[in-house]
Amino acid sequence: MNVALGGLLTALVTGGLSALAGLLFPTPRRATVVGIGTAATGVAAVAAGVAAMAGQPAVVALPQLLPLAGLLFTLDPLGGVFVAVTGAVAVAVGIYGIGYARHGLRGRSFQAVLPLFVLSMVLVPAAASVGTLLLCWELMALTSLLLVLAEHRRRPQVASAGRWYAVMTHLGLVVILIGLLVFAANAADGSFAALRAAGPTVSPLVAGLVFVLTGIGFGSKAGIIPLHAWLPRAHPEAPSNVSALMSAAMVNLGAYGIVRIGFDLLGGGPGWWWLLLLGLGAASAIYGILLAAISTDLKRLLGYSTTENMGLVLVGVGASGLFAASGESTLAGLAMAAALLHVITHAAFKTLLFQSAGSVLAATGRRDLDDLGGLRTGMPFTTAAFGLGALAASALPPGAAFVSEWLLLQALIHGLPASGLSAAIVMPLAVAAVALTAGLAVVTFVKAFGIGFLAKPRSPEAAAARESPASMLTGMGLAGAACVGLALLPTVILPGIGAVAAGVVGSGNPVVVDAVTIRLADVAGSLSPLLLALALTVALVAALAAARAVATRRATAIDARLWDCGGGPLSARMEYTATSFAEPLQRVFDDVLSAEQDVDVTHVEESRYLVQTIDYRRRVPDRIERRLYQPVLAALAGWGRVGRRLAPGSVHRYLGYGFYSLCAMLILLVVTR
Amino acid sequence: MTVFGVVGVVIQLVIVVALAPLLTGMMRQIRAAMEGRAGAGIGQPWRDLRKLMRKQPIHPRGTSVVFRVAPLVLIATCLVVAAAAPFVTTASLLDPIADLFAVVALLTLGTVALALAGIDTGTAFGGMGASRETTIVALVEPTLLVAIFALSVPVGSTNLGAIVTAGLEHPASVFSPVSLLAAVALVVVIIAETGRLPVDNPSTHLELTMVHEAMVLEYAGPDLAIIELASSMRLVVFLGLLANLFVPWGIATSGQPVLIAVGVAVFVAKVALLGGALAVGEVFMAKLRLFRVPELLAGSFVLGLLAVAASFVLA
Repeated sequence: MNVALGGLLTALVTGGLSALAGLLFPTPRRATVVGIGTAATGVAAVAAGVAAMAGQPAVVALPQLLPLAGLLFTLDPLGGVFVAVTGAVAVAVGIYGIGYARHGLRGRSFQAVLPLFVLSMVLVPAAASVGTLLLCWELMALTSLLLVLAEHRRRPQVASAGRWYAVMTHLGLVVILIGLLVFAANAADGSFAALRAAGPTVSPLVAGLVFVLTGIGFGSKAGIIPLHAWLPRAHPEAPSNVSALMSAAMVNLGAYGIVRIGFDLLGGGPGWWWLLLLGLGAASAIYGILLAAISTDLKRLLGYSTTENMGLVLVGVGASGLFAASGESTLAGLAMAAALLHVITHAAFKTLLFQSAGSVLAATGRRDLDDLGGLRTGMPFTTAAFGLGALAASALPPGAAFVSEWLLLQALIHGLPASGLSAAIVMPLAVAAVALTAGLAVVTFVKAFGIGFLAKPRSPEAAAARESPASMLTGMGLAGAACVGLALLPTVILPGIGAVAAGVVGSGNPVVVDAVTIRLADVAGSLSPLLLALALTVALVAALAAARAVATRRATAIDARLWDCGGGPLSARMEYTATSFAEPLQRVFDDVLSAEQDVDVTHVEESRYLVQTIDYRRRVPDRIERRLYQPVLAALAGWGRVGRRLAPGSVHRYLGYGFYSLCAMLILLVVTR
Repeated sequence: MTVFGVVGVVIQLVIVVALAPLLTGMMRQIRAAMEGRAGAGIGQPWRDLRKLMRKQPIHPRGTSVVFRVAPLVLIATCLVVAAAAPFVTTASLLDPIADLFAVVALLTLGTVALALAGIDTGTAFGGMGASRETTIVALVEPTLLVAIFALSVPVGSTNLGAIVTAGLEHPASVFSPVSLLAAVALVVVIIAETGRLPVDNPSTHLELTMVHEAMVLEYAGPDLAIIELASSMRLVVFLGLLANLFVPWGIATSGQPVLIAVGVAVFVAKVALLGGALAVGEVFMAKLRLFRVPELLAGSFVLGLLAVAASFVLA
């Protein structure tokens, strides 16, 4: 038995046992056992994924287990990447969850479902037949739904978020189901091997239909606009360890599904598929990060940032397909490698950010940035962790996302001379979209970190915040180490990622690395993240030393009052808040956001020239949601009201319905025969 | 090659650090002369720095390590760019980081550090400056990257050394519409990034209009000296990049002392010329309203997009 197969089976067994332990162990030790079990499942999954990326095949066939089709799992390099990412996230989140469970999450159902959720996410990329994929996909949807609903007794909003999530994820499943059934109807059977053989031969119309349908389903899981509506609801309302799992591991599988169907099974396709995908990805990236920049709820902000990052991944996937369609296989490989690397970096920093947000939530009970601030004194480790994650997320060197976005930009700019006129229009716009996204990400994360963690506390809870327990810090430390490793030494994993990407699009490895430098194959371009970080450190130390040497007075620093314009000590109420920080941006993008503002001025009774209070309210509704979902929901509700008139409660009437429809059916039969 | 590289790095660092305050002084002097004032002389920024370095370090109450480290991060990013980018010589020891995207992102990192420091003070001024500065940074980014895109298309690389060398080898490409459009787009970007008129007024302390100054309001003594030095270095670095990306002639391509000396002289002349032009332009300009700045940046973005389109059509 090889490592890939062994890892997969070990993950299955440990995951199952952890779920059992969640059911059987007594409350005091339950969370610890489940947490360790989840982490062990993750370790096994990482081993399986990495071995699969290295080329070890793992095939598990259980033909008797499921009627009609049976279960079939095959771990290939592409699936291996996603299994490894899911496993790594599960390791950090599993350990983190031990401490986080103290906040009312020790219940039997929650602890038993958590390992099952991880397990289902490990199995989705390994599934190798339509039936298996759909089964694992549904298992993943159901388990995650149960986890999202964990805190529904405490907050009424959880139920509404859960409803949105349940409806959207199941509509997604239905669309994927239809798409895959159409595909399988044109193939020998439902196994991926048969689909792969049939992929290039199906008619373009059917192939396009399959791609669009599965794309809608998988895209909604990835949080792509306009199907993102569940994401900023479910992510904030879920417990933070679940948010981390969903945001760092589950949404990736949407991107996985698109790559699997589009490249692997359908064998690439015409340019318009990928143009559509690229356009949607770019729009999601900008819209997601814009709403993240405006939102004041820390976890909602992170949720919107997930939409942004998945958008960037799909920009890479779309560009890759576009290049492949025009025969530029090396560039296609480069764009795919960038997309896969971004999946990995996003998983690392989003795990870290959601864990830190959870740590803040556990310590203060607040998610609203306007109530936070000053956490650096009470929670230094969490502050450092969030700072590290924010650096990684804002695509600045030396951060993790900088490397993947650099690769993406390189692929896009080298695509201009390579392909035709459509690329000449698309590529500059895509570069601009990625650039605007990067710029807005800077605003978003400066706001989240600066307003949330620095300055003065804006609420008594924030002032009294204390650091989280060691298990949570360990989980954050693991995710943080992954961020640092990806930022400084992406050269370790890039050859493997490049090989997987090359395998997906059928090219040579698009990246060549030596110890510290990434070089692009066939096109010019090189970057050394480690050297950059080193140069920055040397410059920092040199500047410090020079400043020390030049400063003639070596006197120790003295404390002084802040400049308060002579008005007495500044209070926390005078600080900039997250709302005010984002106000210029909100004004600049007013045409897109169309925020609703409300100013109420109450005058003093004696004179209307003197102001007593000013009440300012601002709401930034999600415009896509308002334009797209509310009409549909209103129509559905109206339809329901009409339908209700047919059901007044009289049994005679219902029997009558049955009688008349039977007659109609019989008449129809007589007429048609 | 390695010795040449080391010498090049050291010379570039020394030139940028030494030149930066002098450039600021020169620009102030030009402004003063044109406004009919005597002016303080070109060396005044250096004298200011010396004065500030002698003062006792003061830390505002309630600020954290972020506030203390920010000036160092800011100047470190400028130093790295000064060492890595081709200003005086094309052979950089730090070639793998002399990528245009990396350089731009590094300079943004410095801005971010300062913005966080501004927020860290907990004053309304600091938050206001940080909010405005990051907004401008976000809006500048698309123009900047599209302009880089336009520059990289004829060369097929975003490596600074490659772009500059290609300009030296094909002088005709410098006079193409692509270069012209990209240059205009980049000028607007540089004005926004370095906080010059009409985007930000570097000499204002009026709360309604402050951007950069609002962020650094709480700094004093040696910390302020570092920030002032770094701000003028940023200007030199951006003007140097602009000069060498579009008019690369004079840069040393080998290690001969004469060539390096010529490279230094030409670089100083180019930056002085650009700085002078900027100073003259500023005299005739008033600061734009903050919410008119996006219109300016959108205009420059269109120019950048036109540059890319032109590069495709002309290729």
